[in-house]
Amino acid sequence: MAKTEFEPSIRSRPVYGELEAKNGKAHLFIADADGAGAILDMAKSAPKDFFDKAHIIYIPKDSGDKYTDQLKALGAKQFYAGPSYEASVTRIQRVLADASNGLQIYLSGTEGLMGQAMREATNVGYPYSAIQTEHRGSKARRMQCVHCKGVTEDVITDPFECSHCGLNLFVRDHYSRRLAAFQGVCVDAEDPGNVPDKVEIT
Amino acid sequence: MSSGAAKIAVKVTDVVEVNELVKRFKFERTDGGLMPTFSGGAHTVVSMDDHGTPRLNPYSLMSSPLDRSAYTISVRRDDEGRGGSLFMHNHVKKGMDMTISNPVNLFSLDLRARKHLMIAGGIGITPFLSQIAQLDSMNGNFELHYAVRTKSLGSYVDELTAQHPNDVNVYYDDKKEAIDLENLLDGQPLGTHLYVCGPKGMIDWVRKSAQEAGWPRETVHYEEFLAPEPGKPFEVKLAVSNKVIQVGETQSLLEAIEAAGVDAPYLCRGGACGMCETEVIGYDGKFIHNDHWLEESEHNNGKKIMPCVSRFEGKTLVLDR
Repeated sequence: MAKTEFEPSIRSRPVYGELEAKNGKAHLFIADADGAGAILDMAKSAPKDFFDKAHIIYIPKDSGDKYTDQLKALGAKQFYAGPSYEASVTRIQRVLADASNGLQIYLSGTEGLMGQAMREATNVGYPYSAIQTEHRGSKARRMQCVHCKGVTEDVITDPFECSHCGLNLFVRDHYSRRLAAFQGVCVDAEDPGNVPDKVEIT
Repeated sequence: MSSGAAKIAVKVTDVVEVNELVKRFKFERTDGGLMPTFSGGAHTVVSMDDHGTPRLNPYSLMSSPLDRSAYTISVRRDDEGRGGSLFMHNHVKKGMDMTISNPVNLFSLDLRARKHLMIAGGIGITPFLSQIAQLDSMNGNFELHYAVRTKSLGSYVDELTAQHPNDVNVYYDDKKEAIDLENLLDGQPLGTHLYVCGPKGMIDWVRKSAQEAGWPRETVHYEEFLAPEPGKPFEVKLAVSNKVIQVGETQSLLEAIEAAGVDAPYLCRGGACGMCETEVIGYDGKFIHNDHWLEESEHNNGKKIMPCVSRFEGKTLVLDR
């Protein structure tokens, strides 16, 4: 699966690039599901011994074992596969706390994963614009309800029901790096019950 | 309205010889009011009337940003320079009235950083003095590495080492001491920002080493005020004001435009801030670009020039000014 191309949108909407090997004292990869493909593709043109200084944190999600062996075969100094982002986040925080400048950060996969991992990196002072990203796989979004502030993960339709307060929410491109989430706004506030048909997010 | 940052009328209230090359000047407002607020790393542009030749030189503010009663700057005498520093050294006396600009900061601390790693060479120490005062007031985490030629030429070494014995490291060239940059850059905590101010060679060395060590570009800050290089005289047509002007050998293009009575925008006058960027309408000849502002592609495409430091050699140059 190749990298995802998104339609240009408002300035707030994150844009993603393509992973590329950079100079660094150490390399931290955080990926979920099809994000593994971005690492594997980048590895084809990476310098020899590049992965000797790499740590890969991978959350397979519904891709199961599809990529695990190929990722392991890259020979990263450390490889970790975790059952969920939530289960992996303490490890990510620890790796960042112990890291020194010269670390390069590579994120790939879904927006929710990249956004949350980026937030951990910026929390320890890493500039967000220096973090490499590549979108692969599901276009599901992590959404925050502007009314109850609850976050709904993996939203794939617009509109959708807030998993916390149940309001019908319109999926906006307005994004918060601090929350690592897009903004969901009540779609039928003026005329309760008049909810547009759900369409898949593109 | 005239260009540049707003001006402040000041009186020179103190002139101190720091060592054989450096003098310190203190400015207070003639109206007795407070100076504008500034942040560590800011500079002011000092207006001088050097016996009929106007000179506008940027100098970093070295006083504490918490003290708005006065601004202080330190000026290193450059005997081979165009004359601004010589004027400050030889003609500026206590009690004189002068004009300086509002502060402008092109070298500010990134306060998102978890640690500030500072590298200074010679008179490049001045912006760090105000930055350190600012960080002191907020319990900031910093480490200074300061290279000087000799003990007697080490401006403010004694004050810095007395106040911050654990955070200030001084290196003396005459004792063959040098900053061990490679080791210094290795092992700094994630979120460290690097700041360098000093001679061009030092800035280039530090930026290159940081890049090779994988430091994100966003975490590397540098300040280098360029003095306009002298060069062959040339002629310029200013299309908007419909004037043809001559740029003298030791005059900058910006100064020549100003001398012709044309109001051109500027801030730093040292090729760093981008304010004086000017469109080229036509040319026949070659540009001598000296700024840090334009991209390399812009240096090559002949559409823009930074008149504060860059020059031209050739037959005709027409500017949108």
